[in-house]
Amino acid sequence: MTEALTALPEAPEEFVDVIGEKIRWLKKGSGEPLLVLHHEIGNPGWLPFYERLSEKFAVTVPDFPGWGQSERPLWMRSVRDLAVEMNLLLDQEGIDQVVLVGLGFGGWVAAEMATMNQRRCKKLVLVAATGIQPKEGEIVDQFLLSHLDYVRMGFHDLKNFDELFTAEPPTELLMDWDVHREMTARIAWKPWLFSQTLPRLLPGLKTPTLIAWGADDRIVPLVCGEQYRDALPNARLEILQGAGHFLEMEKPDELARLVTGFVGS
Amino acid sequence: MFIAYFTEQPDTSYPKEVGDRLGYTALLMPNEHFNAEAVSGLYQERLKEYLYVEEVGFDGIMLNEHHNAPFCLQAKCNIFAAVLAAMTSRVKIELLGNPLPVNDNPVRLAEEIGMIDLISKGRIISGFVRGGGTEQISTNANPAYNRERFVESHDLIVKTWTEPGPWRWEGNHFQLRVVNPWIVPLQKPHPRIWMPGVASKETVIFAAEHRYPFVALSTTIDITKKIWALYDETARRVGYEAGPETKGYEMRIHVQDTEEKALEAARHYMWMQGEFTGVTHPVWHNPAGYGSPSWRKQFVEMANGRRKNVANVDSTTTVEDLRTTGNIIAGTPDQVIEAVRHLLTELRPGILNMWCSDGGMSHETTMRCIELMGREVLPAVRQIADGLGLQSPFEANAPVSLAATPKQELQPVGA
Repeated sequence: MTEALTALPEAPEEFVDVIGEKIRWLKKGSGEPLLVLHHEIGNPGWLPFYERLSEKFAVTVPDFPGWGQSERPLWMRSVRDLAVEMNLLLDQEGIDQVVLVGLGFGGWVAAEMATMNQRRCKKLVLVAATGIQPKEGEIVDQFLLSHLDYVRMGFHDLKNFDELFTAEPPTELLMDWDVHREMTARIAWKPWLFSQTLPRLLPGLKTPTLIAWGADDRIVPLVCGEQYRDALPNARLEILQGAGHFLEMEKPDELARLVTGFVGS
Repeated sequence: MFIAYFTEQPDTSYPKEVGDRLGYTALLMPNEHFNAEAVSGLYQERLKEYLYVEEVGFDGIMLNEHHNAPFCLQAKCNIFAAVLAAMTSRVKIELLGNPLPVNDNPVRLAEEIGMIDLISKGRIISGFVRGGGTEQISTNANPAYNRERFVESHDLIVKTWTEPGPWRWEGNHFQLRVVNPWIVPLQKPHPRIWMPGVASKETVIFAAEHRYPFVALSTTIDITKKIWALYDETARRVGYEAGPETKGYEMRIHVQDTEEKALEAARHYMWMQGEFTGVTHPVWHNPAGYGSPSWRKQFVEMANGRRKNVANVDSTTTVEDLRTTGNIIAGTPDQVIEAVRHLLTELRPGILNMWCSDGGMSHETTMRCIELMGREVLPAVRQIADGLGLQSPFEANAPVSLAATPKQELQPVGA
């Protein structure tokens, strides 16, 4: 791993068993439970964004089944399957009230989870979420891009990429991204990174929702944020300047302040 | 010895500078550069060449299939197979092959191959492939399930050919309410199935476990010997001794009257910088989940510009380099015969696919190559093969599969 990644503050790691599969999560902080759901590139480590949140909340960041150190679910065929398994995990752990914060692909999972069980989801935060087909443009197809080109595209300022991953990240990290790319294909290949049915369900989701987007998101068009806002009855959209798709890595403090303010309101 | 003729059916009519500018010719090169008039003409030339191939004495014509790229004008190998079934009368039509994972209805494929087998009066050899990595993208076939789809499609096709319908198939990737096609192949229990491949261990093992000949595609002699060792070991484990009838080899082999002419023509093999699947971005060529997990590191390094392709070939490689390493055979009939003798002695295949023409080799050059092959090279190669005891599956009358092998003949070792 890169120096910057190994220098990240640590969070205790735990392994839990759900439907016979090993899931790993990182946990830190106390207070209201807040679950962060990672991008399709996986969770690179305990990011400063999580650290900021852990000052106010009991933050849990699981590796999705098939990502990071969680076991690959060979049976899983859709993002909705993934959302069901994540809800089963919360059932098992007795977490009845939770703030869901979904990053990119994790935002799609969070939205699916919330539509299944909105009484559990106290508040929902969708950060540059995939999951709905943009009215204009397309969600970038990483299968046409190298791992490096894709992740770099998600940054507004390449300096931010270099700081976290270095200008030439180690091959081991690229291999992780490849494993995660494969897992994404296993459950979201067609149509690519969106659901054809989720938009019809969103109007039934009354949960207060904050939608945050990087003004320079070149991976998921900003119009998706507007579509989420228009479909959800109780949502607002915040656009962060100077950030791309991975805005929690580029603007950790600003995004954490937004989330903290929204949850406390 | 079974000797077949092969060409990728290249389309050299697109403006070369477009590929040079883009850095790729497959998948995303805009098809506004497709020249329909020129390609129609190229197809007519290929048909004349195939007829001549039969006339001069080749045993087979090998056909293949690729998508979204000018390096191969066969977007469906069954189409040329159907045309040749009607136009030829003796040669075997060797499909190497139908890419199973990119097809959503295996029973339709089984029907198509059945029809061609009937029209050709039982001359089909039905090879199956996984399709190139780039093709998983161009056909939108999920690369993460490529191998699962390959295996399930294969199982379904063989069952369609061998078990009378109607029955139902509720598989993991394919579901069919009624499998009961009226048309089934002429050859019983089914046409021979051959498996071409390069580097995937899984494919070698699959072929050996089914007793299907494995056709190594231009791999080096050293790598090919490793493939044979894995094949032989797997064959013993499931109960049979794998002889030359289970081994196929494909090689770029070009003959002309003089060495100078042969080398001049052989330069056209390099038109795609020696990369036989056309010029693609390496990440398209190896989409996540498509390759063996044991190769992930290499694939990722290639995708991110940290390593040359597996064959270690790039735009600086010359035809002389490849001739020296034995990856291309080109010369006069005598030179070609000697090079092939070396190959056959080292590798002992019962099947030899001669990739005679590629790139911008003219129709006239190709016809002369075919003529010299038939008149001088093939008789000599057959004699060498007989001396080495290299029998084809047909000469050896080998069972078409492990399932078709009488149980009492199988003696598994170390299973």
